[in-house]
Amino acid sequence: MSLSRPTLPVGRVLEVVRAPHPVLSAPGPAVDPADPRVIQLCADLVATMRVSPGCVGLAAPQVGVAGQAFCVDVSSHPKTRTSHGLIVLLNAEVIEASQQGKGREGCMSVPDLTGDVKRAGRITVRGQLPGTGEPVVVSTDAFEARALQHEIDHCAGLLFLDRVSGAHAIYSRKVYLDPAATPPSPGC
Amino acid sequence: MESLAITVVGHDRPGIIAQTAEVLSEYGMNLEDSSMTLLRGHFAMTLICAGQAEPAMLDAALTAALDASLSVSVLAIPDEGDRPRIGSSYLVTVHGADRLGIVARLASTIAAAGGNITDLTTRLAGDLYVLLAEVDLPPAADVSALQTALAQASAELGVDTTLRPVENDEL
Repeated sequence: MSLSRPTLPVGRVLEVVRAPHPVLSAPGPAVDPADPRVIQLCADLVATMRVSPGCVGLAAPQVGVAGQAFCVDVSSHPKTRTSHGLIVLLNAEVIEASQQGKGREGCMSVPDLTGDVKRAGRITVRGQLPGTGEPVVVSTDAFEARALQHEIDHCAGLLFLDRVSGAHAIYSRKVYLDPAATPPSPGC
Repeated sequence: MESLAITVVGHDRPGIIAQTAEVLSEYGMNLEDSSMTLLRGHFAMTLICAGQAEPAMLDAALTAALDASLSVSVLAIPDEGDRPRIGSSYLVTVHGADRLGIVARLASTIAAAGGNITDLTTRLAGDLYVLLAEVDLPPAADVSALQTALAQASAELGVDTTLRPVENDEL
C-alpha cells in the first residue's frame, strides 16, 4: 500500500490550542480535499508537528480549525512497529479494529495531563489524500494504530480524556528537571 | 468490631508513609485498605486499620512521629465488612473550563438517578477542569435517562461529559 502524497505547499507553524477550547470538543465537518485552504491546512499541520518536540500527530481542531484533517508520523518513535512514515489524511474513519490494549497517551492540547486509554492495536483506516482526494486504506498496528485513533478522535471532537479507562487513569505530566528550565514535551 | 480511620494531610516529602506505617506496626494496628495521593502537591492519605489501639493514643504517637507540617486525625469507625456491590459500574468523564459548581451539579444528577460514586478524581490543570467518577448504578436504574440528564447539566455548565460502562475483562 502506498501513501504517496501530492506535494504540499510550504507549511506555516500555527499555535496549538489547548483544552478547554470549544473547537476541541466539536465534531469537525468533512473537508473538500481539493480546497486550497484544506491543502494549506494540511501543510500547516505537518509544519507544526515537525517543530513540536515529541509530537507524532496533529489534527485540525488542535490548530483551531473544525474539520476532518490530520497528520501522523510515528517513524522515529520507539513504540512503533509498523510505520507508513508521514500520513496526511482527510475525512478518515476506522473501518476495522481489533486487539484492544491499554497505553498512556499525552496530547499537545492537554499539556499538563496524560491518561491510560484502551485502544485497538490493529486497525484499518479509510480516508482521502489532500489535493487529489484519492481514497486510501491504511492497515497498521501498535503505536501507529494508537496515533491514528487519537487523531481521528480529535476530528470527531473527542479528547483522550473522554476515553480514559478509570477514575485513577489520569496523571500529572512529570518533568525530570526544574520545570522552569524544561517545558513538558507533549506526546502527540 | 471497630476499625480506625486515619488521615494524614500536609506538606509532601519522602518518608511519610514509612513513618506512619512504623507507628501503626508498633501499636499492633493492621493496615487494611489505604489510599494516598498528591492533591495540588499536598500529601493526602486515608487508611483503615484494624486493632486494639486507643484512637487518642495513636493520634498522639503519629503526631509526635510526623512533623508539624502534617495534620493527623484518628477516628474510631464501625466495621463495614465486605459488602457485595450490586449493579453495574460506569465511568463518568467530564472536562471543560473551570467554574464553580461542576461537581455539585453532576454529583447531584448522579445521586438523583440512584448512582453511588465509588471512586472520584478531579484535576485542575491550568484552566482545564477534569472529573473522573466511577459510579455504581442499581440494576433498576435508567441509564439512558441518566445519560440525558448528564448531557443537559453539562450543556448548562459548558463542559463535556461521557458516561460509559466500565469494561471488565474476566480471564
